[in-house]
Amino acid sequence: MTVEHLDARTAEALIVDMRPREDLLANARREAAMRGLHSFPIFDVDCHIIETMRLKEIVPYISNEAIRDRYETVPESAALNLPSAYGDKDVAGRIYRDEHVPGTRGVPRVEDLLNDMGTMGINHACIFPTPMLALGEHPEVEVEVALGQAYNRWLVDHYLTENPRLRAMLYLPFNDPKAALREVVELGDKPGVVGFLVTSVRRTPVYHNAFMPVYAALEERGLPIGFHGGVNWTKSSASNQLNRFLTVHALDFPLYNLIHLFNIIINGLPERFPRLKWLFYEAGLAWLAFAAMRLDHEYMMRPSEAPQLKRKPSEYLREMYFGTQPMEYPSKMEHLEMLFDIVNGPSQFLYASDYPHWDFDLPSKIYDLPFLNEAEKRQVLGKNAYTLFNLPYDEISASLSGTTATEVN
Amino acid sequence: MDPREYTVCPITEFPEGSRLLVRVGDEEVGIFNVGGQIVAYKNRCAHQGGPVCRGRILGRWVEDLNSAKEVIGGHHSSDMDLVCPWHGWEYDLLTGKNIADPSISLKAVDVVVRDGVIYVRAESATRTPEVVPAHE
Ligand code: FES
Repeated sequence: MTVEHLDARTAEALIVDMRPREDLLANARREAAMRGLHSFPIFDVDCHIIETMRLKEIVPYISNEAIRDRYETVPESAALNLPSAYGDKDVAGRIYRDEHVPGTRGVPRVEDLLNDMGTMGINHACIFPTPMLALGEHPEVEVEVALGQAYNRWLVDHYLTENPRLRAMLYLPFNDPKAALREVVELGDKPGVVGFLVTSVRRTPVYHNAFMPVYAALEERGLPIGFHGGVNWTKSSASNQLNRFLTVHALDFPLYNLIHLFNIIINGLPERFPRLKWLFYEAGLAWLAFAAMRLDHEYMMRPSEAPQLKRKPSEYLREMYFGTQPMEYPSKMEHLEMLFDIVNGPSQFLYASDYPHWDFDLPSKIYDLPFLNEAEKRQVLGKNAYTLFNLPYDEISASLSGTTATEVN
Repeated sequence: MDPREYTVCPITEFPEGSRLLVRVGDEEVGIFNVGGQIVAYKNRCAHQGGPVCRGRILGRWVEDLNSAKEVIGGHHSSDMDLVCPWHGWEYDLLTGKNIADPSISLKAVDVVVRDGVIYVRAESATRTPEVVPAHE
């Protein structure tokens, strides 16, 4: 047996807490390299920046003077005026990524985000805010509009224009339909804008007549509309009976997506806007089995309450798109396979990381699914999203074939 | 392939509660002194391959009930858990078993203490890394 001597001091230098930031994702780089994930295009439809760390840059974009006045002197105070997505994400400090890492909230620096994406094998990513995901509940609609508009313009200038690997679905200030329409008209053709996002936890229902011009404008421009799940622990009478973030997180993300999905389908919006693409983020996949079966069951008994429908609800659902994260791990893989079947997963699921949040998913999670063939894996990991967002998949694919992990960053 | 043996350090430099992360061959290995017992695991979480051996080590959280089965508080027990920094999967540090599903384990690495020195065994550095599927 060969005995190699490892200098104890060298080993000491590798003590976990002393290690630099890059090492946190060293395993992700390896996972990607082993699977050759750098050799085909991967699109991450959902990752997060932490916009409130850059409020100094965002506040000057606020066009409403009265609201800009509130935050101009101390821009950071805008963060304190956001509704809260309260909850201990880090499990009493257990999910701890040391002081070199931006923790589990969001990546503040563009360079770091691009670097981390490359490490995981991700070519393009759609970025979302973090604290502003709760903006839809702001009691002052003018503040939602002002901050949402400022965030959108700041994002276009500071992220999208200069970084072709980053895309965004911009914030729709959905409590003010006219303002929402203005965002689509003014920003829909800006570089990197691939659609618009409704933060799921909010007050205004999606079937309101006032939204029809917004849907029409999106449909006309070929821009999808997305709904990003969230939690509402403090204000919902259902969720505030729960006493653990575990249960709130398990329930609320699918719950608010379900509410919008139910309203969209049963009010016939896919019939009214047949070319508009609907996307749902961050609720995992298991809720979709419930949605499909439950809606079909109710519809059979009460079709007159959904007179615009020409097909069963689940058939509309099978044409919508769903971010995969956080993809559940049932103990029997067949159960997950069944979910892919129920919702037409290979063509409708879009890989989403949610990086760097505490429940992020690596591309390997999709790549290792034993019931998908290679073509289906590549569809879910990239092709479906590139196609949905009108990006040249084949061209990007050709430029990558043969690329190795070390060439990416 | 023959495993190689790597010297880590004298046991005297590795008292109870110590942890080292070392590279042996192609693997990163976390070595821990848990109440005087030396254990070692590959630095790859069974969930998505995260750097589990960098994670926080905490006494397992236990809820305290009184005789009427009311919850009256909680405390950290003396069973030590290792928490993966990526998504919080927790493992019993001594056995490597996942605390939520004991059928899932960290990959143990052979570790021996001989003549007061800690050694770990790992395969040669030249082997090709194998794909470890995330769903194990
Ligand atoms: S990789 Fe360790 S908890 Fe997910």
